[in-house]
Amino acid sequence: MTRYLLRRSLFLAVSLVLASIVLFALLRLLPGDPANALTAVGASPEQIAAARSSIGSDKPLPEQFTHWLGQLASGDLGSSFISALPVGPEVVSRLDLTIPLTLAAFVLAVLIALPAGFVAAYKRHTWYGGLLSGVSQLGIAIPVFWLGMILIAVFALNAGWLPAGGFPLDGWSLPGEAIRSLVLPVVTIALVMSASLIRYVRSATLDVLGSDYLRTARSLGSSFGQAMWRHGLRNASVPVVSVLGIELASTLLGAVVVESVFALPGLGSMLVTGIAQHDYPVVQGVLFVSTLAVLLIGFLADLVQRIVDPRLRGSLSGGLR
Amino acid sequence: MNIKKTSLYGTATAVTLALALSACGGSGGGGAAGGTYDKNATVNIGSLYEPQNLDNTAGGGQGVTEALNGNVYEGLFKLTDDGEVEPLLARDHEVSKDGLTYTFTLRDGVAFHSGKQLSSQDVKYSLERVLAKDSQSARKGNLEVIKDIATPDARTVKVTLSKRSISFVYNLSYVWIVNSEATGLKTSEDGTGPFRLKKWTRGSALSLDRFADYWGKAAASRQAVFHYYKDATALNNALLTNAVDIVTSEQSPDALGQFKSNPDYKVNDGDSTTKLLLAFNDKAKPFTDVKVRQAVSAAIDDKKLLESVWGGYGKLIGSMVPPTDPWYEDLTEVDTHDPARAKELLKEAGYANGFSFTLDTPNYDPHPTAATFIKSELAKIGVTVTINTITPDEWYTKIYQNHDFTATLQEHVNDRDLVWYGNPDFYWGYDDRQVTRWVEQAEAATTEAEQTALLKKVNRKTAEDAASDWLYLYPQIVVANTKLSGYPLNGLNSQFFAYDIKKKS
Repeated sequence: MTRYLLRRSLFLAVSLVLASIVLFALLRLLPGDPANALTAVGASPEQIAAARSSIGSDKPLPEQFTHWLGQLASGDLGSSFISALPVGPEVVSRLDLTIPLTLAAFVLAVLIALPAGFVAAYKRHTWYGGLLSGVSQLGIAIPVFWLGMILIAVFALNAGWLPAGGFPLDGWSLPGEAIRSLVLPVVTIALVMSASLIRYVRSATLDVLGSDYLRTARSLGSSFGQAMWRHGLRNASVPVVSVLGIELASTLLGAVVVESVFALPGLGSMLVTGIAQHDYPVVQGVLFVSTLAVLLIGFLADLVQRIVDPRLRGSLSGGLR
Repeated sequence: MNIKKTSLYGTATAVTLALALSACGGSGGGGAAGGTYDKNATVNIGSLYEPQNLDNTAGGGQGVTEALNGNVYEGLFKLTDDGEVEPLLARDHEVSKDGLTYTFTLRDGVAFHSGKQLSSQDVKYSLERVLAKDSQSARKGNLEVIKDIATPDARTVKVTLSKRSISFVYNLSYVWIVNSEATGLKTSEDGTGPFRLKKWTRGSALSLDRFADYWGKAAASRQAVFHYYKDATALNNALLTNAVDIVTSEQSPDALGQFKSNPDYKVNDGDSTTKLLLAFNDKAKPFTDVKVRQAVSAAIDDKKLLESVWGGYGKLIGSMVPPTDPWYEDLTEVDTHDPARAKELLKEAGYANGFSFTLDTPNYDPHPTAATFIKSELAKIGVTVTINTITPDEWYTKIYQNHDFTATLQEHVNDRDLVWYGNPDFYWGYDDRQVTRWVEQAEAATTEAEQTALLKKVNRKTAEDAASDWLYLYPQIVVANTKLSGYPLNGLNSQFFAYDIKKKS
């Protein structure tokens, strides 16, 4: 296990370095000039040159890259070209919103999907089992922004129970207000996420239900409940855990749409603004932190799988999930 | 400069250096006045234009003007919502007979938010900031006529120009007077306005508190908070749920129905100075030919286009001059919709069988709609249009900087931007010596009447030459809760004076 952990840590570090190179290079391939966002339309060539030199985008790329890496190594994400504010603290303040949003949505989605997926599989021949299956199929097809807008129309505009968007100016210093403003976005993400999760849980459960070991356990006298509890759930959870990891990571990155619909100042909206303005330090900072988070989530999912399934512990190559 | 430069995100997130002036509409006249109001109210203002930073000489964009100009920072002069230029921090001023020396006397008892008293040194410093090498101020070019700034005493500033500039005082209304000792102005401020910055939460909101030691009339409300949205629907929802009290500028007529039918809201139809242009490259064939430009202009039914984009809002214009500029004349009759005449003109120009061209179209509303409309209108006279959709960033490089285009769509937001037709190097390449001379003479004029008379000539000449096709003038729509009064209606130069806004308790 120690050797495995070391290997994974090394893998993590190498991935991060590779990701940082790709990130840096891809941004420079984007058409456009960061000086455009900084200069007035109609700026003179001198004004544009001054803008480039003020942000260092006139320096050779290798120099810019090593400068960035140097900053990263000392834990500094640099400063925005546009606002001159340091990127690190801003990312942290955005995570204040994005992490609770993502985690709450994730937990809610799991709470919905696990029982629903199991019922959809175990009771697949009943009308409600079929209905669950159908609804989850439909749920996968629903665009997040559309669901968000429907929820706003019903619960904010008509009923007036919850705010239509925004986040309190003072953030979490008024926890009640902050939570109220996150209810609809959390439900939106959770509903969409649970739809696809239900499908995975259902098919994992179906695999187990049709398995030989379950039949064997039953034939040895276990009740269905006992057999499921002892053998079935454990086996079903292996593929589900890996999917959960992927879902969590994609929600973290996919919150952009929800943040826009609900006017939330999260990491996603920071990224979108940064890209539009060619604000490289901001985009690099956000993507770097997200990459780190995704890699960590993959790592954790892998670890959980190993704990759940002893057979995986023997093999050293955990592989990338 | 005067072009709306829109970012890739959102429907209408504009980074523009609009310098708008309009001469009608009521100043601070928004909403019903009267009744008691809450002096300790917080006014919540919804906007799509978040500042990029807080410094208007460092690319802060349209949002920084909207939130800080007049509210936090003040100039020597002020451009009112009516379009009048009034003294603000300058108590009075004198101009020498040759029009080259301006002597300004500063108002007494003006304090910066940091507590320091305003002196002539601060004014000199603020002007030099705009003119500095690394300044990104949109006013830099206009103020380069400044030759020397002297400060004979703490209350007096003497500015010498290298040549006459009748627009000098008007241009000064865009220059913020900042504390010469202040630092870090991209993220903090030190102005003299009725509000001081309390907190700026990037991506979310910017709050302003009433400044207790303000030299003039105190702000009507205790606090003004600008809330920023990336999405127009989210912004309208915020207004409907009372999360904001007022929206500075509605960008689409679709959302207005829900406010017009609701007695809790007032939809204000103000005057904008934003023109939608079909800009020809006057140096590229076939638009080098006046008759071709006239033919294309005559073939497009502007009225139908305006109706389909803005419903009952907006106005038709026959030239670059909005009704609020001093040199306005109604020239809509010069390029009336007349397909038969368009065909005739094409024939005279040698294009009896029509021609084809590519129309570079910014990818955000309303340009794609307008491009499709133009394509179908021109098809009727045998002209084939290929629509090439591009991002604002590409527009800026390809068209504005490299002049690599045949025709393009763009919105021009400024007041007084007719004068660009006097610059043959401007992106649209209109080159008429007489017009260039008139524009130069107008700036060197000794009286405003003289300036106006000369620019009227420019106006008519460019219209007759169909230098561009001016499709329509945008409306300026402010929607507010009826509890509010005293808000600006015209939003000139993206200004939004919040200090007179009153909220009924």
